Amino acid sequence: MTAPITLVGSGLAGYNLARELRKLLPDAPLRVVTADAGDFYSKPMLSNALTANKTAAQLAMKPVAKMVEELKAEVLNHTRVTAIDRTAKVLHTAAGELPYSKLVLALGADQLLPGLAGDAAAAVVSVNDLAEYAHFRELLEGKQRIVLLGAGLIGCEFANDLAASGRQVDVVDLANWPLSRLLPETAGQYLHDKLAGLGVRFHLGTSVQAVEGEAGAYRVSLANGKVLEAELVLSAIGLRPRLQLASAAGLAVNRGIVVNRLLQTSDPDIYALGDCAEVDGQVLPFVLPIMQAARALAPTLAGTPTPVVYPAMPVVVKTPVCPTVVAPPAMGSVGAWQVERSETGVKALFKGEQDQLLGFALMGAATSERQALAPQLPAVLA
Amino acid sequence: MRQFQCIVCGFIYDESVGLPEDGIAAGTAWDAIPEDWSCPDCGVAKADFEMVQIA
Repeated sequence: MTAPITLVGSGLAGYNLARELRKLLPDAPLRVVTADAGDFYSKPMLSNALTANKTAAQLAMKPVAKMVEELKAEVLNHTRVTAIDRTAKVLHTAAGELPYSKLVLALGADQLLPGLAGDAAAAVVSVNDLAEYAHFRELLEGKQRIVLLGAGLIGCEFANDLAASGRQVDVVDLANWPLSRLLPETAGQYLHDKLAGLGVRFHLGTSVQAVEGEAGAYRVSLANGKVLEAELVLSAIGLRPRLQLASAAGLAVNRGIVVNRLLQTSDPDIYALGDCAEVDGQVLPFVLPIMQAARALAPTLAGTPTPVVYPAMPVVVKTPVCPTVVAPPAMGSVGAWQVERSETGVKALFKGEQDQLLGFALMGAATSERQALAPQLPAVLA
Repeated sequence: MRQFQCIVCGFIYDESVGLPEDGIAAGTAWDAIPEDWSCPDCGVAKADFEMVQIA
């Protein structure tokens, strides 16, 4: 029997690739190895499921058995890959040694740990997968006062979700406005004001230093001297691609697992996509790049090498109190933001030296201009 | 009028609202959306779009 094409990871990257692959190779042996339960869910929904009143069980849209049936794949769930033997082309796992023909790493990313002092630092939770969401929901039961670390994309989404579901939320971030990596200040201020209108309290330009206390009654000390009371402390300060497995196997890694436009690592039989991958220098932990990568990698694995193409990929921020779509300019872009703030929203355009559109941030009513503006943007990877 | 949610990214298509900026008028039934349409948020093609009816 030939060794199967093997995917490690059952998130959006792994399962969407499997689905694309099945269209091209209806009968090839396919195996998915995952440390998770292997149910299909949408990670972007985890940070806006409270208001929608969705439990973890409801977010698992397809149980693993259904995925096995649909994909005609073997899915080894609750199975962590401990090492890759590239010479023998074998994965070492808790379930034994698994040979592969081609290997795809769709490992995802870890939530960064805030590195705090205090006797309750270990009680800080993050929500990075469906199982952690289920745990978070249990902890949240009966809790009203939440301190949230991080005012980035996931932090703002959680702040909106927690406040809209009737909780008191304090958000702490070192930056001076929310979503500071994606938005110019005026736009960030608009988002700030909308979330504040919902009751979210921001503590900006400072950071959390220590968490003390006991279950359900924490004291959160900030660098500016303030102390916040919290029943639950949630951290959403950023993602770090999972590199350990690849680097231990001697694959090239940088910020992510280094892959070329064919999504191929430094080992020609091993590929990577999604939040763990650094594609031609870019780590883009969003859904659209995953879908683009899955559509390119499937034909590549099926025998037709197909470089991945990234068009402009605006990111939707799921903050219902302030609808937001942002297409940040590429790193190192030369130009300037032109920002119009009105009663109904913000239209921020990042223009280059020839007045060409290089990025945008649209909020409120201005989000309706996305479809008109997106085609004017340069491709991220042409 | 029904609502459908994209199972990949959570995008909600509300038939009563449509997607006017995308050329889909309010009141357009899901079944009447062209086959070459794709999810505005995640790019999944309608053919691959596994919509779940939520209302």
